Amino acid sequence: MKPAQFDYVAPTSLSAAVDALAATHGEGKVLAGGQSLLPLLNFRMVRPSVIIDLNGLKELAFIEERGDSVVIGALTRHREIEQSSLIASKLPVMSAAMRHVAHLAIRNRGTIGGSLSHADPAAELPMLAVFYDATIMVQGPSGRREIAAESFFVDALTNCLEPDEIVVEVEVPIPQQHRWAFEEVARRFGDFALASIAVSVSRSASDLQGARVAAMGVADTPLRLRTVEDQIAGMQINDALPRHFSELVMSSVSPNSDLHASAEYRRQLLGALAERAMTTALGSG
Amino acid sequence: MERQLTLTVNGTRYDVPGVEPRLLLSDLLRDTLGLTGTHVGCEHGVCGACTILMNGDSVRACLTLAVQADGADITTVEGLGSPEQLSELQRQFREHHGLQCGFCTPGMLITGEDLLRKYPLASDEEIREGLSGNLCRCTGYQNIVAAIRAAAAIRRETST
Repeated sequence: MKPAQFDYVAPTSLSAAVDALAATHGEGKVLAGGQSLLPLLNFRMVRPSVIIDLNGLKELAFIEERGDSVVIGALTRHREIEQSSLIASKLPVMSAAMRHVAHLAIRNRGTIGGSLSHADPAAELPMLAVFYDATIMVQGPSGRREIAAESFFVDALTNCLEPDEIVVEVEVPIPQQHRWAFEEVARRFGDFALASIAVSVSRSASDLQGARVAAMGVADTPLRLRTVEDQIAGMQINDALPRHFSELVMSSVSPNSDLHASAEYRRQLLGALAERAMTTALGSG
Repeated sequence: MERQLTLTVNGTRYDVPGVEPRLLLSDLLRDTLGLTGTHVGCEHGVCGACTILMNGDSVRACLTLAVQADGADITTVEGLGSPEQLSELQRQFREHHGLQCGFCTPGMLITGEDLLRKYPLASDEEIREGLSGNLCRCTGYQNIVAAIRAAAAIRRETST
């Protein structure tokens, strides 16, 4: 329950951090908030030869509006996102979801770059990145590249980063759908979700014009339910619509069973949350 | 690659030589500095017993490397009050019988301090959400919630 030995470097610039990581030839790990990496170190499930501590990179801790997007630096703490008035006004689904991200002591340390890199399929920020069509900017020795959130997460706890790349910022386009809902159920408040869904919609008096839907806890990665979005767009709004939406959502996922919940339970749970979320979203705004 | 650290704990400055990078902050506090008020339960961030304040924010000492606390200002349960002069939150824990065996109590108190500072805590639901990262196997949480509810009410009175 104690980490194995490693060397420790604490660079104060991004270029120094990139160089330090490259110099480990795949044996290094970058440390941001440490709220996922430290348990793995304590259990010796990872044994890097070098830890590169990013906490000195103040240049990566920011939340700012850039054109039609909100850009969040990789070292921004969950607590800063939770408190941000910019996030609350431009990305309300993210703002509402933040209190579900673990517990206060974890949110004080954990970072968005760390959470995305860890790629837990039941963590809020990876799901939100997919929900918002975010672009993840990463930097390695050969420079920067942009990765769409949906291609960033490739499997449970697996992202598409090269071993020498570091997440530096996340660009989140500000959506134009102002009616939304976020629903989540976890065994204990703040735990990883058994199932969760985010929904936003645009509507006229009679019709659902468009919808955006993402879910987690029901696959090895967070899911954007684009087929459901296409199926539901243009439908007439009536009392049966949330139930119909719920059925579409349930038929679009195939969760696995694990020790926390059976596959069928997760599917039913997601369906119940979907119905609730659609009812809320249609009535909100 | 041992390092020399300088940090402030409960108002006292410590210069600590020969710190291995893999040493956890919880072990530095308990074993190196002898401050055993911070308890170590699960060592993977689930139980909350080792919660301390680092630069004013509650953090898990078991999920922080000691070397990351270089230059930091840390408060442990020993820094909240003394047996002669309890902090307000400690007094409410005593009044409401908010502890039995005491193992989780340091983490509960530190978490409570941070929650009181950052959230309105206007409802029991909000208090319970805030405490959800701290496990207690004795009290059933009722009296801990009651103690924090009382401390939040006192804070509201004194701030108006």
